[in-house]
Amino acid sequence: MLTALILLPVAAAVVMMVVPARRQELHLPLGIALSVLPLALAGYVFWIFEPAPGFQLVELVSWYEPWGINWFLGIDGISLPMVVLTTFLVPIALAASTSIKTKTKEFVVYILLLEAGMIGVFLALDLFLFFVFFEAILIPMYFIIGIWGGERRVYAAVKFFIYTALGSALMLGGIIALAVSYSSQFGSPSFAFGDLASVDLSPGSERWLFASFALAFAIKVPLFPFHTWLPDAHVEAPTAGSVLLAGVLLKLGTYGLLRFNLALFPEASVEAVPIMGTLAVVGIIYGAVVAIVQPDLKKLVAYTSVSHLGFIVLGTFALTSGGLQGAVIQNVNHGLTTGALFLLVGMIYERRHTKKIEDFGGLQKVMPIYAGFFLFMIFASIGLPGLNGFVGEFLILIGSYTTLPALTVVAAGGVILAAIYLLWAYERVFTGVPDKEENKALSDLSAREISLLAPIVALVLVLGLFPGILLDKISPSTEAVLDYIEDQTAYVVPEPGRLADVYLAGEDR
Amino acid sequence: MTDFLWLIIALPLAGAVLLHFLGRFVGEPLSGWLASLASTSAFVFALVAAWPFIQGGEHSTTVLLWEWMPAIGANLELLWDPLAALMVLVVTGVGSLIHFFAIGYMHGDDRFDRFFTSLNLFMASMLTLVLAGNYAMLFLGWELVGLSSYLLIGFWFTRPSAAAAAKKAFVVNRIGDFGFMIALMLVFASFGTLSYAGIFERADEVLGVGMATAIGLLMLVGAAGKSAQVPLYVWLPDAMEGPTPVSALIHAATMVTAGVYLIARSSAIFEIAPIASTTVATVGAITALWAATIALAQRDIKKVLAYSTISQLGYMFLAVGAGAYVAGVFHLMTHAFFKALLFLGAGSVIHAMSDEQDMHKMGGLLKKMPTTAITMGVGTLAIAGIPPLAGFWSKDEILGSVFARGGWFSALWIVGLVTALITAFYMARQWVLVFLGEPRWSQDTSPHEAPRVMTIPLIILAGLSVVGGLLNTPFALRLERFLEPSFEYVTLQNPPEGLAMFAVLAGLSVMASLVGGGFGYVSYNRPKQRWLDFEDGFEPLWGTWEQAYRVDDLYGAAIVAPGKKAAEVAAFGVDLAIIDGAVNGVGSAVRRLGELARSLQTGYVRNYGVLFLGGALVIVIWLVVGR
Amino acid sequence: MIVSAGYYMALAAALFVIGALGMLLRRNVLVMFMCIELMLNAVNLTLISAGRALNDLNGQVAVFFILVVAAAEVVVGLAIIVAIFRRRSTASIDELSELRG
Repeated sequence: MLTALILLPVAAAVVMMVVPARRQELHLPLGIALSVLPLALAGYVFWIFEPAPGFQLVELVSWYEPWGINWFLGIDGISLPMVVLTTFLVPIALAASTSIKTKTKEFVVYILLLEAGMIGVFLALDLFLFFVFFEAILIPMYFIIGIWGGERRVYAAVKFFIYTALGSALMLGGIIALAVSYSSQFGSPSFAFGDLASVDLSPGSERWLFASFALAFAIKVPLFPFHTWLPDAHVEAPTAGSVLLAGVLLKLGTYGLLRFNLALFPEASVEAVPIMGTLAVVGIIYGAVVAIVQPDLKKLVAYTSVSHLGFIVLGTFALTSGGLQGAVIQNVNHGLTTGALFLLVGMIYERRHTKKIEDFGGLQKVMPIYAGFFLFMIFASIGLPGLNGFVGEFLILIGSYTTLPALTVVAAGGVILAAIYLLWAYERVFTGVPDKEENKALSDLSAREISLLAPIVALVLVLGLFPGILLDKISPSTEAVLDYIEDQTAYVVPEPGRLADVYLAGEDR
Repeated sequence: MTDFLWLIIALPLAGAVLLHFLGRFVGEPLSGWLASLASTSAFVFALVAAWPFIQGGEHSTTVLLWEWMPAIGANLELLWDPLAALMVLVVTGVGSLIHFFAIGYMHGDDRFDRFFTSLNLFMASMLTLVLAGNYAMLFLGWELVGLSSYLLIGFWFTRPSAAAAAKKAFVVNRIGDFGFMIALMLVFASFGTLSYAGIFERADEVLGVGMATAIGLLMLVGAAGKSAQVPLYVWLPDAMEGPTPVSALIHAATMVTAGVYLIARSSAIFEIAPIASTTVATVGAITALWAATIALAQRDIKKVLAYSTISQLGYMFLAVGAGAYVAGVFHLMTHAFFKALLFLGAGSVIHAMSDEQDMHKMGGLLKKMPTTAITMGVGTLAIAGIPPLAGFWSKDEILGSVFARGGWFSALWIVGLVTALITAFYMARQWVLVFLGEPRWSQDTSPHEAPRVMTIPLIILAGLSVVGGLLNTPFALRLERFLEPSFEYVTLQNPPEGLAMFAVLAGLSVMASLVGGGFGYVSYNRPKQRWLDFEDGFEPLWGTWEQAYRVDDLYGAAIVAPGKKAAEVAAFGVDLAIIDGAVNGVGSAVRRLGELARSLQTGYVRNYGVLFLGGALVIVIWLVVGR
Repeated sequence: MIVSAGYYMALAAALFVIGALGMLLRRNVLVMFMCIELMLNAVNLTLISAGRALNDLNGQVAVFFILVVAAAEVVVGLAIIVAIFRRRSTASIDELSELRG
């Protein structure tokens, strides 16, 4: 089942390669149709997924036995939402790419290969396999930015590639070191996630290995101060690239921190809580402050990602139920809202060929539907209760306070800043009277564009009001992570409130 | 009955959704009537549901709708108790009247249906706020009213000032929310849940004084943002950019009282934290006086009412801070009646004057629009505190309760009394400037009485402003008994017992009202030049008041401008130059290294051959000799 | 007269030096190519004679590898040379410095 989930996009890519290059009108519709198949399969996996700790639908095939490398896949409550999100965003990203006019076939192929890689990363339970997928993603993304990007696309693509590859090179060293110590301790080689977690490490080497993994993921997240590749990459990437970059690729970092750093190096993770928490909170405030004065709409949204992903890292390293659940669900939420914001910026760019805030003004008058969608997504991003962003943010903030009180208070300040940068941008772009000639005749969203945004809007609302749909499946796995850390270290998850147990159980009402 | 409580929220919400998608086809005025129907039916339903409370004897109930964020004890659950019931009745009752009024007021606006969509959305949000059974859901409503307020202040978005005001309102409210969120973190850390049921019962066991004070003060920050108290009140005057029914509904009668509701709801926590309570009362008293002085000198008819609202909200804070929760909620209710009335009256005037809001250009409207003039007159008397109108009873109960606390509160009582005097003065000034004297409007405006859909709500509200106070008089504390179950964890602060004491205190405050009102009437009921001279006599104080102490400029210079500067430094100085500079610096360092190395690569095969051979020779020599 | 391994070695060294000098001094690409072959075969000769002298088969095995690789290299190399010649109609090595850094 899970193998099929990875291979379906690959098969789709192969099908696409067979289509003649000059039949351009076929490429996009066919690509969209093909990319719906993985979505359907992911939906089925979501359906049959039992809300229970541990990995499900596990598949294990030996790949290179002498080194103990396996094709080892499995899914749990932490990876499940990510897989569904990935398959959900790909058809939308493709459908938003009608402005791509050159090499359409190759474009669709790269997106599909990217999808396979992203799904693979989330499903891999063998660290070697994980690394292969982790790196494989860079290649299609490099081409997507480098071929179909904006003016400085080559600069952005190279920066993106080298920066992230540099981080993962260190992680490769870490993986190998772990595997070597495993085989020297247990006598047989293995790269399996569970096996490597059982390696006994000296505190010193655990710290170094933690750092090697953390750096790779911190660059990917991106955590302050490793974030500067992100605005460049976003600004230059085509819309579909931005959507997938913000929606899924960044989550590889937060996912990796949660899945691998916490489980492989529990001791070092507990020690690193203040450092990671501080970096996260600095990122929250810093990203927000920098976003305020960005002159470019897309760059502004890119910096909001820096800020929002800080919340996820904060929740992860708060090591509480609320924090971890919030982090996982916020992964999804951020993918939806920021993905939608990039779609929206792309739509206006297609009309006006500019993303500069100062070039707009009064758009609400000429494009009321567009303005409505934009405002909706802004409020989702700000974290308005009832929409999805709030659920994650609130869980993270409330959950983190018990372990990181001071940092969480500062992080909550990001909530004010979010309102400032987004609403100010909205004011400048949409309100007032349209005074520039080019803006007066803009056409509002077409039915096609509305149908792209509508499913996201629906999910934003559903997840905002019924987060239980996801939380029920997430929480057993996050609780398992916490149990494991408590088991391995002296750390104790704080129980908020002396009488908490009584009320959480719902008794005595 | 309570199983269907969710309908109270769902009805206006359904109205909003329906109008959002179909409003364009429904058009004017039907969409307005639909929205009013949704609001009114919620009122009727609430009345039915509240009947057991009115009869006395029913216990409060919690209704779980569905699980939301169980990890932090935050579900979507409704608490139906007398306090919630009263709030719901006020919100839906006054809200419905304002809906009807708006049908007339918004006539001809090309986004007529949009307006009612937002108005219904606001109703649903506000009802969520007051019906919430835990702090997370209260926060849901709290933010959603902020959203509706944002949408409605910026309703005429083509006016840059309206758009800026909307943003300002939301951002300033967010500053308050910041404090509120931290309060919720503390609550969760102390109790392990955000549910009222789990918090209030055990508050005195779980909370130490320090923690309770911290929570109380942080909640005050949130409440001060939403209820426009010093120092976060600056958004409310700007919010008058919204259509006048919005000002009446959101920025006078309902949303801005959410802060008072929050503190009243959290009375169990404030009960443990006397310092927090005293701070609430002090902030309230300062706000009351501060805003009242500004209201004195405003020329814009809506600005007077806006500052007056801030001032009256200060009274409510003073009450709940003094432990007189019932008095605070009572004033909340009466204020909703007469302030909605005043705003709608002002709306009627503005409507008649073709959107003129400057009182210097009004005058003599009594003859042109008698209904508006008389109803607004009733509202003016009510807010001034003339017995037996509603404002008298509620204001008097507040002042009495504050006086009874003694000590520091005596000082606050004096502030309250002075404010009452000023209030009567500026309200008299407003009424006289608008309705009496010689007409000062230009020839081409022809003021006329509003249509009946606008005047009938005015008349109903005027009626409520007259009799509303009788709900809770010292002779019959009906409201007090009604609300008692909601304040079971606190000892309520009541006005001093005894008719003699009441007579003295009431006499004092009536005297203040009469003096202030009379002075205002006399000063302004004369030719324009005379009262202009009168105002000039107070310079430079008058100018300072007129410019609202220039607080906006101060904030601009002290916070906004430096903040923007800091953001620019961070974005272009730190981020681009230093952090990204370091990243690109590493890149170019590697490149420069490459530049050096590339000179070795000549492209001539023979060069390589020589190097190759030389290298091989070195190895051979090393092998031979080195051994 | 017994031809000892030393003679073979000397011959191989001579061939190698001829090849190396030709490689460095000649300008024609084809000739340079033949010089490379000469050097390879000089090495082959060394390996065989050393293998024979030490009675070790590995020397001959290595030569087979070298022969195969050399054959493959000839194919690729000649193809490149032909391609270059077609484009530039010269076989002078000094005119080719496309790969200068």
